[in-house]
Amino acid sequence: MEEKIKLLKDCRVLDFTNETGFLCGKILGDLGADVIKVEKPGGDESRNLGSFYKDIPDPEKNLYWFSYNHNKRGITLNIETETGKEILLKLVGKTDIFLETFPPGYLKKLGLDYAALSKINPQLIMTSITTFGQSGPYKDYKGSDLVLTAMSGFMSVLGDADKPPVRPTLPQSYVWIGMHAAEGTLMAYYHRGMTGEGQHVDVSGQAGVTWALSIAPSFYDLNRELPTRAGSFITGRSITGAILRAVYPCKDGYLAYIIYGGPAGIRTNKRLVEWMDSKGMAPDYLKNKDWSKFDIATVTQEEIDQLEQAYMKFFKTVTKEEFFKYVLENDMLGYPLATAKELLEDEQLKARGLWQEVEHEELGTTITYPAFSTKFSSIACGFWRRAPLIGEHNEEVYGEIGLNNSDILRLKKADVI
Amino acid sequence: MLSEELLGGIFFYTLGFVTIMETTRQVFEGINVVEFAAIAAGPVIGKHLADHGARVVHVESYERPDGFRQNYPPYKDNKPGLNRSGAFGICNNNKYGVTINLKAKEGVDLAKELIQWADIVIENFTPGTLKKLGLGYEEMKEVNPDIILLSTCNQGQTGPHALHPGFGSHLSSLCGFTYMTGYPDRLPCILYGPYVDHIGVGYGVIAAVAALEHRRRTGAGQFIDLAQYEAGVQFMIPALLEYSINHRVVERDGNRHSFAAPHNTYPCKGDDRWCVISVFNDEEWKALCKCMGRDELISDPKFKTRPARKEYEDEVDQEVGKWTSRLTAEEVFKKLQDNGVKAGIVQTIADLFADPQLKHRGFWAPVDHPEVGRCHAEGPPFAFSKTPFKIDRPAPMIGEHNELVFKTFLPAGKKAQRRD
Repeated sequence: MEEKIKLLKDCRVLDFTNETGFLCGKILGDLGADVIKVEKPGGDESRNLGSFYKDIPDPEKNLYWFSYNHNKRGITLNIETETGKEILLKLVGKTDIFLETFPPGYLKKLGLDYAALSKINPQLIMTSITTFGQSGPYKDYKGSDLVLTAMSGFMSVLGDADKPPVRPTLPQSYVWIGMHAAEGTLMAYYHRGMTGEGQHVDVSGQAGVTWALSIAPSFYDLNRELPTRAGSFITGRSITGAILRAVYPCKDGYLAYIIYGGPAGIRTNKRLVEWMDSKGMAPDYLKNKDWSKFDIATVTQEEIDQLEQAYMKFFKTVTKEEFFKYVLENDMLGYPLATAKELLEDEQLKARGLWQEVEHEELGTTITYPAFSTKFSSIACGFWRRAPLIGEHNEEVYGEIGLNNSDILRLKKADVI
Repeated sequence: MLSEELLGGIFFYTLGFVTIMETTRQVFEGINVVEFAAIAAGPVIGKHLADHGARVVHVESYERPDGFRQNYPPYKDNKPGLNRSGAFGICNNNKYGVTINLKAKEGVDLAKELIQWADIVIENFTPGTLKKLGLGYEEMKEVNPDIILLSTCNQGQTGPHALHPGFGSHLSSLCGFTYMTGYPDRLPCILYGPYVDHIGVGYGVIAAVAALEHRRRTGAGQFIDLAQYEAGVQFMIPALLEYSINHRVVERDGNRHSFAAPHNTYPCKGDDRWCVISVFNDEEWKALCKCMGRDELISDPKFKTRPARKEYEDEVDQEVGKWTSRLTAEEVFKKLQDNGVKAGIVQTIADLFADPQLKHRGFWAPVDHPEVGRCHAEGPPFAFSKTPFKIDRPAPMIGEHNELVFKTFLPAGKKAQRRD
């Protein structure tokens, strides 16, 4: 096998994103790009979101910042000052990709929008990430994870039927957007490699999170049926309208188990009944059931309820670990409801080498992070550096465009960096 | 029907794409993709490549059609049929559909001709399946030394659980998403559909483009092992740090947010209509009170500061809910957004099809399917200024493009034996 290369090692990225776009630059960094995270002098507001290392509310100890800003260098720059603007223009001359999450029109007002920057650097790729997009009736409206989860339709299929819709408690929309932004940015970068042409990539958060709805839109599109929230049940699997339980309480938490048809589903049900029987917990109707006639696409609610009732009773006697072990050994469908604890202990993730211990010398400790999730045979993806401190690489990066230490001191005093 | 076409035209016109479209190449023009893939995780990667100009051939067989064609509603008018599936439709627009029986030697030979023609192969079988058929990465390289093979599966190609069968809806639970969704006094809520498959799709597109860029630079292909499970873990990092550093498990908490109040879903006029409002600072609270016509709440000690609002959050929610329930979700959304408060409509899927912003972006792309009729594909979440996406064909009917692909696309153009 040939040697792995750091794919984007000659690609320079300026990253002006807030929490809604962090993941995009991180992914480019994972692929080897030199990503420079640019913050306001004193640090970005996004360093104050969410929780902190050992609950110490310090912008240098923010866990969301740690999560999605590694593999980036960090500088500070106030682009609203004339000097700051000049410095930015110098940096742009050596930049391949410009990432930003400013409100539409903000950069134009500063004379720093794509039209202006592409005059200095025609090969520049600019990726703009906003809640709704750069144009259109909602372009000036603001978002949050809650707003994006609602406006994308994702929330309409989450939550109990008799309660208000919910979002996942750990925000998901920002990572959806960051991931999509990385897709679009890389596509534009590949296109530039083929043609020499830079361009502007306009990412809409709303449209991005809509992809989390999976196939749900097709129910409405084809038949004007409206998939809606069903709590711990799944819908849309039987044409009778039967809903299937997906979450069962167990001895020490919850299990995900769904009654499916097809070869894997039928095997799963049969082996569960065998397991129940071995504990004397399989009612006769289960032991005598002819699974070969079971058809999930036409099953009725009555039949499902009868099965689930027996399963519910049995699962309460089983632990998450026992269940996981049993489904793995018996080729069954189903998993426990994991938390971060189980993820960190999972044998598969360990065997695949997902976890990386990263040194945080500023905290005098190491922190465990997941590595980039894709294994390439010829591209090296690594965890090259922890998330930057505020202005950590000012001297390094500004040195690269010819500023010396006394220039840097002067700029610091003038609140430019 | 006409108005949708017209809107599509306006979309391109207003963005100034009309003339460029004639002359500019799409991102993946000239790239050939073959999919030995089914359901969502593999095919949606190919869909994104197809939307941007790749020629994508989706391989199935009459013995084993794509699972979305036959095991999953919806079907047009609820009548099952191989060419009536909405799920298959939404994952496969702009592709070419062929049938090859991979259990027959002639079928494998034909598949090899396709691999020879392709730049990228995408597969999402259980690990080892293609190898058993004589179509492993080594065999692919024999016929096409520069081939990029993207293998995506639940748990990855290696490791003790590699062969464990699993569906995306289970994987959402193993990844930790189910546990964190719902109300504290209720059971956790399952996420809709194969949630993690679609995270895997995003990372799959990233992997495919990275491999193309690598080939552009070096001329060499490669093998990619993508575990959807590990892609899902990328969306969990803050919860992992919270546990390993602060020893706290992130628990489901409805719509509450540790640092914001009000931050919730509120009832609106109409049947099962809801809006959301998220207020992160006192400035936004002030604006919200003004919109509600409740200026007296601004300086009320119970609500004045964020910590106070967190402490009296149930009361905050009651006050806000009283106001929203007199209005439609659309009225709340417009009124608050126009005054700088982050608010939204809990849009149903019907709302999404009527959403003026998504319409503006050409998100729902109309296509005409021979059996289903007029239906819609989903556009990408990003818009390029110079290389716009193009969605102009529905998902293929089973075997629809056997002639075209085997006779025209394949260089030899010879008609090999197959079952069709």
